Amino acid sequence: MSIFKSVIRTIQSSRTVTVCAAMLLVIAALSLLGPAISSHSYFSTDFDNRLLAPTLMDQHIFGTDELGRDLFSRTLFGIRITLLVAVVASFVSLGIGVLYGAIAGYVGGRVDGIMMRIVDGIYALPFIFSVILLMVAFGRSMLLILIAIGAVNWLDMARIVRGQTISLKQRGFVEAARLIGVPTSGIILRHITPNLLGVVIVYMTLAIPQAILMESFLSFLGLGIQGPQTSLGTLVNAGVSHMERASWLLVIPASVLALILLCFNFLGDGLRDLADPKGKT
Amino acid sequence: MSLLEVGDLTISYTDSAEPAVSELSFALERGESLGVVGESGSGKTQMAMAIMGLLPANAEIRGSIVFDDTELIGAGPDLLNRFRARRIAMVFQDPMAALNPYVRIGKQLKRILMEHELCKTGEATERTLDMLRKVGLPDPERQYRAFPHQLSGGMRQRAMIGAALLGEPDLLVADEPTTALDVTVQAQILHLLKELRAESDAALLLITHDLGVVAGNCERMLVMDRGQLLEEGTTQEVFGSPASEKMRALLAAAPRVSGESQASQAPASSKAVLDIEELSVSFKEQRDRGRVNAVRPIDLTLNKGETVAVVGESGSGKTSLARAVVGLIPADTGRSMFLGNFLPGSLNTRNQESRRELQMVFQDPLASLNPAMRVSDIVAEPLRVHEPGDETHEASVEAILCQVGLGSELLERYPHELSGGQAQRVAIARSLILKPTVMICDEAVAALDGTVQDEILQLLRAEQQRSGLSLIFITHDLAVVRQISHRVLVMYMGRLCELANNESLFGRPRHPYTKALLNAVPLPDPNARPVDAPLAGEVSSVLKPPSGCPFHPRCQQAIAICSESVPEPADCDGSFVACHRAAELDLSY
Repeated sequence: MSIFKSVIRTIQSSRTVTVCAAMLLVIAALSLLGPAISSHSYFSTDFDNRLLAPTLMDQHIFGTDELGRDLFSRTLFGIRITLLVAVVASFVSLGIGVLYGAIAGYVGGRVDGIMMRIVDGIYALPFIFSVILLMVAFGRSMLLILIAIGAVNWLDMARIVRGQTISLKQRGFVEAARLIGVPTSGIILRHITPNLLGVVIVYMTLAIPQAILMESFLSFLGLGIQGPQTSLGTLVNAGVSHMERASWLLVIPASVLALILLCFNFLGDGLRDLADPKGKT
Repeated sequence: MSLLEVGDLTISYTDSAEPAVSELSFALERGESLGVVGESGSGKTQMAMAIMGLLPANAEIRGSIVFDDTELIGAGPDLLNRFRARRIAMVFQDPMAALNPYVRIGKQLKRILMEHELCKTGEATERTLDMLRKVGLPDPERQYRAFPHQLSGGMRQRAMIGAALLGEPDLLVADEPTTALDVTVQAQILHLLKELRAESDAALLLITHDLGVVAGNCERMLVMDRGQLLEEGTTQEVFGSPASEKMRALLAAAPRVSGESQASQAPASSKAVLDIEELSVSFKEQRDRGRVNAVRPIDLTLNKGETVAVVGESGSGKTSLARAVVGLIPADTGRSMFLGNFLPGSLNTRNQESRRELQMVFQDPLASLNPAMRVSDIVAEPLRVHEPGDETHEASVEAILCQVGLGSELLERYPHELSGGQAQRVAIARSLILKPTVMICDEAVAALDGTVQDEILQLLRAEQQRSGLSLIFITHDLAVVRQISHRVLVMYMGRLCELANNESLFGRPRHPYTKALLNAVPLPDPNARPVDAPLAGEVSSVLKPPSGCPFHPRCQQAIAICSESVPEPADCDGSFVACHRAAELDLSY
């Protein structure tokens, strides 16, 4: 039974998980198909139709913003950025964070000390300040934002995984593997990592929303996505300033963001059950 | 009218088809002691929990539990609380888990008095101190202010018994009260229970897997298996003429120190496969308070096809010795030869051959199997490491599983889907698949039920007969030692006490500590003469070892010299004994 198949089976086994996974898929598909399904582009302005409430007229189903841009197309575009950030954050914290933490925890001693001091060092950098420096040095770009988010996202994961690894290391099955003569790489990959899955998945469900929020924060400071491009976080922030006159500018993107975060959380719950072999039959 | 009447008690859980307890009926008279024996999964603890009203919410209970004319099933928390402590009290298996780690012992006991309004506020402290004195805690004023972790296991269990007896209950329910303790401490606790019962005429419901504990402490007994009551009668009757197949099996499997040794034929060759010289281990104490010497320099030679048992109480250094030999922890000093070659101390610097030929089986079988791997992968892993190119692993895995008595239907299972015995067989299969020369078993059967324990020991013996495997068997259980070993090493506080042949050790122990250990083993025979005075005291702190012979503070034979100089192991009719008085004492039965 491949991992992929058992993931599918778990998703099918719980209704909440099925619904959430389906919803995320639909949302992702919509955002990718964005230009094809909406009749407006996300950047074209229409000064005759500014701050239009959601209406079927002219197909502004989510209404328009203060520049008359179609909120539906902008939301779809924003989802794209938000999901991209989520995917990058998860890959970075999974790939780098888990391996880094597992190696530091398992090898221990001086290696552990040096590796974790590096983590502490990155932690200690004032985040916003470093991002501004990076922006100044390399100019604003999407890639830079992703690098910045990735750079901090794996730190927590590395710490958590290291702690977990240290306790796993004492367990009998790791000692048994050492006695057999399994090389260190084999112990980390075959014995430690699979048993970390539960905690890793739980932490991922925290890390993804955190990354999404961090992106909106950077965008809010003017360091992130720049107009006319947008992300859900940017949209929400823009909506806040029109809250009194045009509540939909806040409510709609905020609801979509909340929906995505909720789906990730429920999905994480379900996947954690999968990672626990006691749940398998 | 009986004190406790249980009628048609059935406990079932929604998530399992089999009821945990089915239609159990028995009665317990005032002042009577009733033993309940059964293996794990027999429902004995469930029954105790039902009496205490401590079953989880998803348990479905039918039948009746009448305590002194009051029905307890379905009783509200108020009624139950009136009964707890004053009428029914419980002693749990693990005193560390039952005591609140953040509250001082005295305060915890005092709370029971206050909560149940058992005495006036002014008297509570005095009553608590009296009770601590009564259960034999040395220096009760100090223990009153101690936190649970500052007490040893035996002391904690004494405190728990004190807590249970504060309300002068009519019924004391003890669930495996001595299972987590060393034999000598077990003997002390059982002795204490007996004394206290003689004074207070409380009834005792003693739940245990150990027939020896029931034999010496209960007037009547129940035998349970898979939730069913199989047998009921006086202890004499049940032990004398067991009616059920299960009880006969339990009795047959019950290890005895008095029985015949069943060790495989004496090793044909006296070729040493493992030779340990002057091996010592120490650990750094927290906050640099110095080093703790876990193992003092010890010599041991293991011959081909031989089983050497290493026995001792917790803290004797037996596990540290085993772990240092296999290289899991570093040794301070020592030089080991393995199969004629020098064996480096650190696992990382050992060659693949020694990793292949020297294997270890751990105490907790479930913990030693990776929960994320299937049995087939677990057992095949050593082959993948040592014979990477070879593709015949599947056949070898099935063959070895068959050899340890497991069918191929288990191949696809995960460890949590195995029983304890099956899991230990898988762990043994994993060690045997490389056809090692030496296998070190660290308490390999301690976590298993009696009959399963017996099966695993037979399996190891068969393997030894077949392939000349050499075994070092670390255990605290002298009955197991008697069954399978050729030679025995008795350790106390990291030092060798006695190294002797099985026959001479059990026939004529030469070290007072060996003798004390033998005396402490509860015999599965209600007619056995009770040990009048169990070994007093507990193992001294390794941080402040006593001067001279480490055993002298507890030794009944100690003389002046014992507290002055450490006895060196000396040859004494073929045994090595570290005792100043070895030559003059006659400790034989």
